Amino acid sequence: MLKKILTNVLACAALACAGVAVADEAPDVLVKRISYEVLDTAKADKDIQGGNQKKVLELVEAKILPHIDFQRMTALAAGRYWREATPEQQKRLSEEFRALLVYTYSGAISQVREQKVEFKPLRAAPSDTEVEVRSQVVQPRGEPIQLNYRLEKQATGWKIYDVNVLGAWLVESYKSSFSTEISKNGIDGLIKALSDKNKRLAAASAKPAKNS
Amino acid sequence: MMRKLSRSSFAGMALAIALTGCASTNPQDPLEGFNRAMFSFNDTLDKAALKPAAEAYQAVLPSFVQTGIGNFFGNLGDVWSAVNNFLQGKIEAGALDLVRVTANTTLGVLGLFDIASDSGVPKHEEDFGQTLGSWGVPSGPYIVLPFFGASTVRDTVALPVDLKGNIWGYKEPVRWRNTGTVVRLVDRRASLLDASNLMEDAALDRYQFIRDAFMQRRLNNVYDGDPPADIKDGKDGNDSQE
Repeated sequence: MLKKILTNVLACAALACAGVAVADEAPDVLVKRISYEVLDTAKADKDIQGGNQKKVLELVEAKILPHIDFQRMTALAAGRYWREATPEQQKRLSEEFRALLVYTYSGAISQVREQKVEFKPLRAAPSDTEVEVRSQVVQPRGEPIQLNYRLEKQATGWKIYDVNVLGAWLVESYKSSFSTEISKNGIDGLIKALSDKNKRLAAASAKPAKNS
Repeated sequence: MMRKLSRSSFAGMALAIALTGCASTNPQDPLEGFNRAMFSFNDTLDKAALKPAAEAYQAVLPSFVQTGIGNFFGNLGDVWSAVNNFLQGKIEAGALDLVRVTANTTLGVLGLFDIASDSGVPKHEEDFGQTLGSWGVPSGPYIVLPFFGASTVRDTVALPVDLKGNIWGYKEPVRWRNTGTVVRLVDRRASLLDASNLMEDAALDRYQFIRDAFMQRRLNNVYDGDPPADIKDGKDGNDSQE
């Protein structure tokens, strides 16, 4: 009887701790964990090293995407036009932008060979709800590649909403293209442009992987 | 053939410059008409000559040879980086660059092996444009130079100084110098093949994407990875928060 109560209490405690742990994982700890997991998997998997797009996408879906807030990312890239979009348009735009980013940047993962990631100390107060995690990818040749992330604290944990590669923030780099397309063809025009691009990328990735 | 290419390109340029009077989409890019024309010109040249050469280079040469070539020219470049670090008052960084050059030239056999990076002294490229930036000279508008590609007005002014600081530019005899310059260019292009292919896929409008990424990157380089927040955010005046 006592044993049963004890087991239940421990189980509850474990669940509570797990819940708390997920929401309280520090942003730099989170990014480190994801980075090492993805890198280790990519380096160990022969299919990924051979350029198997499907496996790369699976890895990205499983390990990376749950930690990214595409809605916020898209909203920032769309700027003032976001407020003018209907919820349906916002949803579609986020989905297309997400697909574009997944198709294009997943390619980089299949090219991982001997790269290592180093993290810089986190510069944030414990009460901050928005932080920047800074890292760099050290490679055998050339300068280390700067890779930074902007995260926001949300109910389900820290979520990434912007990425910086080699000094350029993703959101900032897409802002002009988004606003040009929207001012020419409206939000639906932008959705269509992204959707067409994604169809082309999907078709291209269905072809056999080119040798890297 | 060369003359024909130049003439039609110049005609295109002239037209583009004339069209510059039309509204540019970005206040940071007042020379957009000219820039787009130059971008097209460089792109044509790249697709016709440089990219195929880089692809062949990458396919044919064993990777250790490519690495050696990259390291050799990178080593020469480190000398100029050291000079610029000193000019910027970054004495320790400059000293480390000299350590790189010394180690790589001697133990690394004339720079063919980048043993300094392996020993924990990483490479950081500095040029005179960054030096001017660190002295407070603002970048000025984005400008795309024929052949040289993306730049800013400040960096264009700095370019002749950078060219003077290029050690290989003093190599005699001239045919060695020219061959070496071409090899360096092709090697550099080859190292950027994956990134440029990524760019093709990622961008909606390649010109805009490259311009905006380049301007951010340049600012980032001037401040060595730590640009001040007030320049980073909201420079277009828009409230970027939702």
